[in-house]
Order: sequence, then structure tokens, then C-alpha cells
Amino acid sequence: MMYNGGKIITGLIIFALIITAPFWLNIGQADEPPEISLDTPVINQLSEKECIESAEFMRSQHPQLLNDWRDQVVREGKTVYTSSSGKEYQISLDNTCLQCHSNRSEFCDACHAYTSVDPYCWDCHGGGIAK
Amino acid sequence: MKIWAPLLAVLALVIIAWLGAGVFEWTSLFGIIIPYTAFAILVLGFIYRVIKWAQSPVPFRIPTTCGQQESLPWIKQDKIENPSKTWEVVGRMALEILFFRSLFRNTQTEKREDKLGFGSSKWLWLGSLVFHWSMLIIVLRHLRYFLYPVPAFVQGLEKLDGFLQVGVPVLYLTDVFVVLGITYLFLRRVVIPQVKYISLAADYFPLFLLLGIATSGILMRYGLKVDIASVKDFAMSLVTFKPQVIPEIGTIFYVHLFLVSSLVAYFPWSKLMHAGGIFMSPTRNLANNSRAVRHINPWNYEVKTHTYEEYEDEFREKMRKVGLPLERE
Repeated sequence: MMYNGGKIITGLIIFALIITAPFWLNIGQADEPPEISLDTPVINQLSEKECIESAEFMRSQHPQLLNDWRDQVVREGKTVYTSSSGKEYQISLDNTCLQCHSNRSEFCDACHAYTSVDPYCWDCHGGGIAK
Repeated sequence: MKIWAPLLAVLALVIIAWLGAGVFEWTSLFGIIIPYTAFAILVLGFIYRVIKWAQSPVPFRIPTTCGQQESLPWIKQDKIENPSKTWEVVGRMALEILFFRSLFRNTQTEKREDKLGFGSSKWLWLGSLVFHWSMLIIVLRHLRYFLYPVPAFVQGLEKLDGFLQVGVPVLYLTDVFVVLGITYLFLRRVVIPQVKYISLAADYFPLFLLLGIATSGILMRYGLKVDIASVKDFAMSLVTFKPQVIPEIGTIFYVHLFLVSSLVAYFPWSKLMHAGGIFMSPTRNLANNSRAVRHINPWNYEVKTHTYEEYEDEFREKMRKVGLPLERE
């Protein structure tokens, strides 16, 4: 026996709808995850296709790396990055990263849009490349 | 004991997840089976508890009021403190749920020499508000893992939350505030002797669990780092019922997920049900219309009556013979 059943059941239906929203909102709506493209002229010419660090490292750590780079260049005047394999790279988003990854919309922006990340790097950098 | 047992329980949960997902690599158990089960427990348990509460009768109006009730037209009614219409109750409930209005009136008694002093005490209100609002924003922010394309309001919320643009990934203000809120709520339980005396293990456990969830999340975002695109792949696979674990996600992710699963599974059976209970509080959700509407107790038994009309029908002939006046011939 329920008292005020009508109101309470309405409330419970609203609760259930809200809490299960991620399930039913995705029905027929969810887009396919983006394809990350490495197809750029510079990368295609590379004999050995490797980034400055391993792909696993870059996937999870690149924001931190870029943040450290900014501090090193702007605050310490250090402009050369020595990777874990001992190679040296110029510390520059525009001249190092985007030199190879010149397809910003298929590379950077694809994942950023997927995970809803809007880095403010682009407020100044990456201007030379079409979005 | 009341503090140490729940702390050890939360640490045990962390170790279980660390060993289970990290060392033994039972990723389908910790990534799929436990989260789905925990979520089902949350939804069904919540509904079960509310329906169980709904079986308690509330025969009469018992709102707690502290304002002028509806009276003669020239006496001003306090519509929020003493609502008499449904929409006034809605306003009162909304202010209570969104801004903890009754907690705002929290007072403190203090003995100063031989006198008793009463004063306003807003810290608990502020601490609770900081914690709950941060929690809400954090939960809504997490929708970015479960929806694709990500709705604009979630993106806006993230922008607002990280508007200080400290570091990359940007620091979320709610990450700071939620830890401050939980820390305050914990400290008041151990620092204030009266509150410490009445605090139970069931009060500390959710605090430690929430702190564990916040810490693991913060550690994952700012410290240990995980591949966020894989996390989203995994989250999307859960909500589209095509569950698929991604083995490369770091163990810290499974610790976070397991603690969240523990929290949601614990939710319906604990004090955390105040989230549903607030809506079911008769002292708050009833309009004070006792003088305008007659409320009849629903379990009143049928009272046998014998009206005058029935009496007359029964004795009409006898009454007529002795010449008594009749209502109806």
C-alpha cells in the first residue's frame, strides 16, 4: 500500500530517467570514435615513423609534456628537449609537433573533440594550420 | 574504532582493486561486471527504498513552519516558511534542495561563564554547499566520457570549472573544492567533541570513500595520467551495452572505478539516501493547509451510523399511531 503513490511514482520515473540518461541518450546517437590519421607529407617521408617519445607515453602524457615545455622555454630559456632515447628536438609546438602532425583536424582535434578537451594552446599556437 | 574501521575498509577497497585489476588483471570483473552490478544496485535499491518509505502513512499535515501561515487577506503570509499551496511547497523544496535553507539557520549554543549564548553558525552550511555543488558539477562533467558528441552544456561546465587555466590539463576548481569540502566535513566530526561523540562508522565511511574517489581521480588527471581516449572508448562501450575492457588503461583507473562502484552500491543502504529522503520529508514537502482542507485519516474504520431518516423509516408506523410529528409522511 502506497500513500501519495501518483506523485512518488512520477518522481521515481524522473529519477530513473535522469540516472540512466547516458544509456538511453546514446541509442542511435553515439558517433563512431574518431580515426586518428598519421597521413601527412612529412610523416610519409620518414623512414622510421616514431614520435619524440613512445606512442603510449605521448597518448597519456602529451599535455604534461607540453606544459613542461612551455615552462622550460618561457621561464628557463631552455629550447632543446632530449628524449628518453637520447635524441634532441627543438622545444616548439609549431616547429616540432605540428611539423609532422600538420593535419590538426584529423589528428589533434579528432581526439580532443571526442573527449571534450579544448586546450588553450590553440589560442596562440597552431595558427598556421587550418583547423 | 569508529574512525579506523572505515578508513581501513576504504584502504582495503583500494588494495582489492589494485591487486584485482593491476596484478591479477581481472579487468572484466573490475571493469564490466562490478560496475554494471553496482549501477543496477543503485537504481533498483534507490527505488526500493523510496517505495518502502512511501508505505508509511502520512495522514495529516505536519510541516515544520516558522512564518505566518495563510490567514485573513490583510495578514501577510510567509509563503516560503509556511506554504499553503503546492507551488509554494515546490519553491520551498527547491530552495531547501539547492541551497540547504534549513541548514543556513543552524545555530550554536555556547556557555560563556554562567550565561548561555546562542549564535548563528554558518560553517556547516558553507562546507556542505561547497561539497555538494562540487560533487554535482563533477558528476555532470563526467558525462563527457559517456556521450559522444559531447553536449554543449557539459563543455560549458568544463570551461567554467577550468577558467583559471592553470597548467595542462587545466586545473578544475571543483577538484580543489570537493577535497576542501570533504576535509571540512571530516574535521568537524573529529574536532568538535559533541559531534565526535555522536559520529558513527557509517558517518566516516562515506567521507573516506568520497575522499578516496576524489584523490584517485585527481591523481589520474594531474599525476599518474591515463590515456583519456581509451577511457572514453571504454565508457562508451559500457553505456552502449557493448562492454569491452581496454587493457592498457592504468591501474589507477580501476581503483577509481572500483571505489565509485563501491559508493553507488553502498548508496541505497546508507545515510547517503538523504538524497531521496529529502523529497520524502513530510515536515517539508507538505503544504500547511490544515485549516482550509479537511484531511481524513485514510485508515479510519467505517463508523456504523443510524441517521434520523433511517430511524424514522424504521418507526414510522408506530410514530404516526402515537401522533408524533414526521419529517416525511
